[in-house]
Amino acid sequence: MTRLRWWCLSPAGLLLGLLFLVPLGIVARYSFLTRGPYGGVELPYSLENYKLLADPLYLAIFVRSIGYAGLATALCVAAGFPLALFIARSGRRRSLYLALVVVPFWTSFLVRTYAWMFLLRDTGLINTALLRMGLIGEPLQLLYTPFAVILGLVYGFLPFMILPIYATLERLDPALVEAAADLGARPMDTLFRVIVPLASPGILAGSLLVFISCLGSYLTPDLLGGGKTIMIGNLVQNQFTAARDWPFGAALSLVLMATILLLLLPLLRRKEGLL
Amino acid sequence: MKRNGPAIAFYAVLAYAFLHLPLLVLGVFSFNASRFTNWEGFSLTWYREAFADGQLAEATFNSLLIGFAATALATAVGTLCAYGLWKRSSAWITTTLYLSLVTPEIVMGIALLALYQWLFRYLRLPLGMHTVILAHVMFCTAYVVTVVAARLRSYDKAQEEAAMDLGATEWQAFFRVTLPQLMPAIGSAALLVFITSFDDFVITSLVAGVDSETLPMVIYAMARKGFNPSVNAISTLITFSLAVLILLAQRLEEDPKR
Repeated sequence: MTRLRWWCLSPAGLLLGLLFLVPLGIVARYSFLTRGPYGGVELPYSLENYKLLADPLYLAIFVRSIGYAGLATALCVAAGFPLALFIARSGRRRSLYLALVVVPFWTSFLVRTYAWMFLLRDTGLINTALLRMGLIGEPLQLLYTPFAVILGLVYGFLPFMILPIYATLERLDPALVEAAADLGARPMDTLFRVIVPLASPGILAGSLLVFISCLGSYLTPDLLGGGKTIMIGNLVQNQFTAARDWPFGAALSLVLMATILLLLLPLLRRKEGLL
Repeated sequence: MKRNGPAIAFYAVLAYAFLHLPLLVLGVFSFNASRFTNWEGFSLTWYREAFADGQLAEATFNSLLIGFAATALATAVGTLCAYGLWKRSSAWITTTLYLSLVTPEIVMGIALLALYQWLFRYLRLPLGMHTVILAHVMFCTAYVVTVVAARLRSYDKAQEEAAMDLGATEWQAFFRVTLPQLMPAIGSAALLVFITSFDDFVITSLVAGVDSETLPMVIYAMARKGFNPSVNAISTLITFSLAVLILLAQRLEEDPKR
C-alpha cells in the first residue's frame, strides 16, 4: 500500500520542493541581504530592505495596489452577482451560459489585455468612433490611465467572481425565495434580505479570489497603465530587472505573499477544499 | 428557482457583450484591409504578413514544443500525485500545492530566476528551453491535481478492492482498473495545462534564454512597440484555437456519473 503511494507522491514532492519551496527560500534569504555594488546580493544580513518599504514612494505604490484591487473587486461583485443570478435561474440553458463566461476567461490573458489596448488607444476603436460621430474634437486619453487598469482587472478576473457566486446560488433552496414572496416581500426585499445573505459565502470566496489576483497582477498594469499606475507586481519585476536591487525586490515579494496568505486565512479554515 | 425577468435578461446581454465584444472586435479588425481602425474592406493581408514573419514562426514552434513537453510531464506528475493523495492525504503536499496556486506569477517568476541564477553560478547551467519547461511543469502540476482529484472524489474505492481480491497487485489495480477510468479527467487536465503553458508570459519572460523566445513574448514585444495589425491576426488565431481546446476540455470534464 505505502510503496505505490510513495512512488506516486515523490515526483510531485520533489518538483514542488526543488522548484517552488527552495526558490521561495532563496527569495526569503535574499530579502535579508544587502545589495551588491553591481546588483548582486551580499552579506551582511539586515532589515534595511523591509525598512525601505516605509518610504513614501513605495508606500504609495502599495496603497495604490490595494486601492485598485479593492475597487476592481467591488465592481466585480456589482457586475458579477446579477449575471450569476441570471445563470442560476436559466434552467436547462445553465451550462451554455456558464460556458459563455468560462471560454473567454480561458483564452489567452495576454490577448485579452491586448484587445483592450486595441480598443482604448488614441487611434483605437472607441476614439475613432467617437471622433467620427463628432462627439469629441480630439482623442480622449483612455489607455495608460487608472481607468484602463481597473477596467482591465475587472475584465480579466470577473469570472473568478461569477463562478463561486453561481455555485452558492445553484444550491439555494427555491422554497426560501417562494416563502419570502408568499409572506409579502417585494422582489427587491427578497433579493437583498434573502438571496444576497444566502449567497454571501460565494461572494466572499469570489471577492478574495479577485482581490488576490488583482493585488499580484503584473501584465494588466504593465500594458494598460503608465508610469503613474504601477502596482506591486511591476515594482517587484523592476527590482529584479532594470533596478537590479534583488534584496529589495525579494522583500517586496515576501510582503506581497504574506498579505495574500493573511487574506486567505478565513477561506482555509473552512474544510471544504479543492484537493 | 424563479424565471428571469426582462431587466436581468437585458443586463445579461450587456454583461456578455462586455465579456465577448473585445475579442470579437479584435477578430473582425484582423480582417481589415486598412492598417488603421476604419473599416476598408475584407482582406487577409495581416494573416499573410503574420505567416511570413520568421520570428513569429520560430516563437510558435518554441511555444508548441514547451507546451507539449510541459503537458506530458505535468500531467504525469500531477495525476500520480492526485492518486497518491487519494490513497492517503498528505498535509505537506496539499499545503504546498495550495501555496503554489495562490502565489502571484511574478513572485514565482523571480523566485525561479533566483534559483536558476544560483544554478548557473555553481553548475554553469544556462537559461534555455529546459528552464522554461521546468518552470511550466512546476506551476501547472497543481492544476492537474485539482482536476484529477475532483474526479477521484466520485470514484468508488471498492473497485480497486475487488480487483485486489481477485488477485491483482496494487500496481495492476491502479494501472488497469483506476487509471483507465480517470482518462477523461486526465485528458481535460492535459488540455488545461497546454493552454496555460502556451499562454504564459510573466514567468516565461523571466526564465527564458535567448534561444527560447515564446509566442506570448513576441506578441508582448509587438504590442508594446506600437500598432501592428498582424498582432490582431495572430491574436485571433490564438483565441480561436484555445477556445476549441477549452470546449474540448469541458466536454471531457463532464462526469458521466452525474
